[in-house]
Amino acid sequence: MIINHPLLGPRDAQEFTYLGDAALIDRPDGMAFPDATAAQDAFHDYLYLRDNPAGEHRELWFHEQGDRSWLVVTRNTVTHEITKVEFARDVARSRGRSK
Amino acid sequence: MRYSGFRVIAEALTGHKGWKPAWRDPEPQSSYDYIIIGGGGHGLATAYYLAKEFKQARIAVLEKGYLGGGNVGRNTTIIRSNYLLDGNEPFYEFSLKLWEGLEQDFNYNAMVSQRGIINLYHTDAQRDAYTRRGNAMILHGADAELLNRDQVRAMYPFLNFDNARFPIKGALMQRRGGTVRHDAVAWGYARGADQRGVDLIQNCEVTGIRTEAGRATGVDTTRGFIGAKKVGVAVAGNSSKVMSHVNMRLPIESHVLQAFVSEGLKPLIDGVMTYGAGHFYVSQSDKGGLVFGGDIDGYNSYAQRGNMPVVEDVAEGGMSLIPMIGRARLLRSWGGIMDMSMDGSPIIDKTDIDGLYFNGGWCYGGFKATPASGWCFAHLLATDQPHPTATAYRFDRFRKGLMIDEKGQGAQPNLH
Repeated sequence: MIINHPLLGPRDAQEFTYLGDAALIDRPDGMAFPDATAAQDAFHDYLYLRDNPAGEHRELWFHEQGDRSWLVVTRNTVTHEITKVEFARDVARSRGRSK
Repeated sequence: MRYSGFRVIAEALTGHKGWKPAWRDPEPQSSYDYIIIGGGGHGLATAYYLAKEFKQARIAVLEKGYLGGGNVGRNTTIIRSNYLLDGNEPFYEFSLKLWEGLEQDFNYNAMVSQRGIINLYHTDAQRDAYTRRGNAMILHGADAELLNRDQVRAMYPFLNFDNARFPIKGALMQRRGGTVRHDAVAWGYARGADQRGVDLIQNCEVTGIRTEAGRATGVDTTRGFIGAKKVGVAVAGNSSKVMSHVNMRLPIESHVLQAFVSEGLKPLIDGVMTYGAGHFYVSQSDKGGLVFGGDIDGYNSYAQRGNMPVVEDVAEGGMSLIPMIGRARLLRSWGGIMDMSMDGSPIIDKTDIDGLYFNGGWCYGGFKATPASGWCFAHLLATDQPHPTATAYRFDRFRKGLMIDEKGQGAQPNLH
């Protein structure tokens, strides 16, 4: 597979390591829950449960052998076709992180 | 019809005109007591043991394609019970014991061959870890032997013993491990289940699971609605897809695992061997092909094919262990979809919906588990209690911190 890096252009997927579903960006805020049980439930779901779709999947890839950036790659899990590549940083900021 | 040596001779003398189809091809009834979704090894074994051991009637197995067309037809056929952890070893040893009596039990030649499996070690630390694992196996009633370098050399003189970086120092051996003709496992269970009245319904994809007041009432399929008192899901690889019908998210990712077979060679490797320094394992089929594999590709996938980097990685592992393997030509490679769970261990459990049961998360170790998986799932379906060897395979083990993580990799499915 070739990942079209937003800065570096097309790169072999072998240069990257794979983390998984891009939903991992949205780590729960443990202080934002009314009680510890609710926080534990949220962290359980965050850490262990996955949508695991057959089809379009947004996922985190780390350019370990390159510029060490984290990317959000939109890829089809049935055909392996990659349709979109973004910086994870931009995705997180667009959701209001680090403001 | 019982199969026997006498029967083969009698048929040979009468032109093989007496053979009948091994199972019926029934139309689905409007309802059943038990529906098993998934006509692979685990689903068929579940139906077989449900009918035979738990004397349950009115059972159907629903298969979207043909029987045994998924992972039971795509694996590398190895059986073993060389696990370390308490939650796993009794279960896999139960499975190996069932393999040992399987062919007599379901009257089908599955070519169970206990040719022995060795896990090579290359360092003192690895030897100590295998010593510990072997002791754990023996304590659970399995067999294990620690071989030194000379003993391994006597078995396989052609291995790369003096590799500067990964010299072979010895191996952990389980003599009762081996290989089985994988398709015959599906066929044997299918025939055995059919003979006991189970309806095996092929070309019948489940498109929905109906519930009423928190209770499963049946399944919508491409061949219409079929009612059921209890529904068991055994569709590893596609578990998330099927369970999404009831909006259930699982601690599972689907990944692709590739396997390979070389051209047919003269007898060379009479057992099963795993390389301790890379991820490479190999055995030789009865047709002479070297059957081997390595790691999963490492990204979510439902495509039953992988990519070239893993082909290269597996070939490197093979060359490093058995340099002469480079002279053999690769005949075929293929991929299967694995339920990779969050701790590398399976799940056999009830769900939050009454009457809906789940069996999956087998990672790339489901084949060896087939008999025990079927037995334990049948036990759960029939009695609502987990089988004594499968009490740890619960959904809530992640919430409670009771993970069964043989490799100690944490919640990172592509590393298990």
